[in-house]
Amino acid sequence: MTTHSFHRRRLVTIITEATLEGAILADIDALGPSGYTVTEARGKGSRGIQSGSWGLASNLRIEIVCDETLAPKIAATVHQKYASNYGMVIYVSDVEVLRADRY
Amino acid sequence: MAFPSSRGERPGPVPRGIDCFGRRFGMWAMADWSFTKQGPGGRISPLCLSPWGLFVMPSLDPVILFFILGVVAGLSRSDLRLPAPIHDFLSMVLLLAIGLKGGVALSQQPLGEVVPQVIAVGLMGGLMPLLAFPVLYRLGHLPRADAASVAAHYGSVSVGTYAVAAAFLAHHDVTFEDHMPVFVAVLEIPAIVVGILLARGLEKGTRWGRMAQEVFLGRGLVLLIGGLLIGLGAGPEGVAPIKPLFFDLFKGVLALFLLDMGLIAAGHLGDLRRHGVFLLGFGLVMPLVGATIGATLGSALGLSVGGVALLSTMAASASYIAVPAAFRMIVPEANPALSLGASLGVTFPFNILLGVPLYYQLALQVHAFMEAL
Repeated sequence: MTTHSFHRRRLVTIITEATLEGAILADIDALGPSGYTVTEARGKGSRGIQSGSWGLASNLRIEIVCDETLAPKIAATVHQKYASNYGMVIYVSDVEVLRADRY
Repeated sequence: MAFPSSRGERPGPVPRGIDCFGRRFGMWAMADWSFTKQGPGGRISPLCLSPWGLFVMPSLDPVILFFILGVVAGLSRSDLRLPAPIHDFLSMVLLLAIGLKGGVALSQQPLGEVVPQVIAVGLMGGLMPLLAFPVLYRLGHLPRADAASVAAHYGSVSVGTYAVAAAFLAHHDVTFEDHMPVFVAVLEIPAIVVGILLARGLEKGTRWGRMAQEVFLGRGLVLLIGGLLIGLGAGPEGVAPIKPLFFDLFKGVLALFLLDMGLIAAGHLGDLRRHGVFLLGFGLVMPLVGATIGATLGSALGLSVGGVALLSTMAASASYIAVPAAFRMIVPEANPALSLGASLGVTFPFNILLGVPLYYQLALQVHAFMEAL
């Protein structure tokens, strides 16, 4: 029987406006994570309701699993560049992953 | 036919309940009183007296009723909602259909004749933000970035409004130059460039490369110009096999698109409550100024009544796709709620419900005036 061992990594989650997708993913990519996941999102925040009904009213949820040194860099870079002018939520959390060599 | 065609004909019997509305609507829209003169002997159908004849507006193109349904559903907080991919698909079909139609038209006429018109329309697109900006900045006391953003929205064009105007003219048997979609593509660009210059000046920090990417590779322009090029290359026989989707279903797609736009416009009415009556007034007056400029230019370029009406509508319309997307990236400090509140919450509904028939009447008047000269 195979035993699965979990390893601790950090998960950076960014929820922001869909129009930022191209620019923000290029910035994240430049910092060198092994990958990211993007899902469409909608919700309510300080800038009102993002209904997801069309492009400018759509949000994205970008998730990046990475190690402890990269996570704050990604969060800080994105925050510094975009947070003042765009709707944005950023949080970092601990996750347990399999196949740790990938992150 | 509730509206006189460009040929001044009133072919066939007048359907019950239609003419009476046309006359009433024409007067209501402060339009051409010749409706009453040209009507068939002033006969008023009994249907005019029924609530249906009075209020449901039977001569109105049914696609407009879909828009009204969307607005009513949105304002009454119905759970009706079209997912974003459906919105994207509908606007994609409209953009490609409009592009294809223009491309096919271009394939059948010398390009040299269109080039001077394209340059003139492009200049108009660049001029309109310059007219709107001082009003917004000085009179409206909007921050510079917001004034530039709203001005750019009103210099650019709304493809949805163009589609409604084209459908309106077809509905009333008014012909227009087939290459009009080229002007839609041309009008998308200059206002964005002028708007960004108004917001930023020629400072070094402006990301012109990024702006070029946003302007030329934006979804709307890629589909519109792509459709134009495909239509130009394929010609009328080439596009015949895809005609059922893009041309035969056009009105159905437009109806669904307008239903969705009604829901979206209803969502932006709240923005106006927060941002005051100035934008409401601007959103109503600026289209009239634009329409007059567009009608004058169209007439000077020698376009037909239908063509003048379409150029007038384009100049009256305000962008809600290309300009907000570009400004969001290049001038992010501009508040999109202001510009979209005006363009989607006020100007789009105004143009769809009242503007298009009004601009057609304006085109008739301008055309008659120019002929009298």
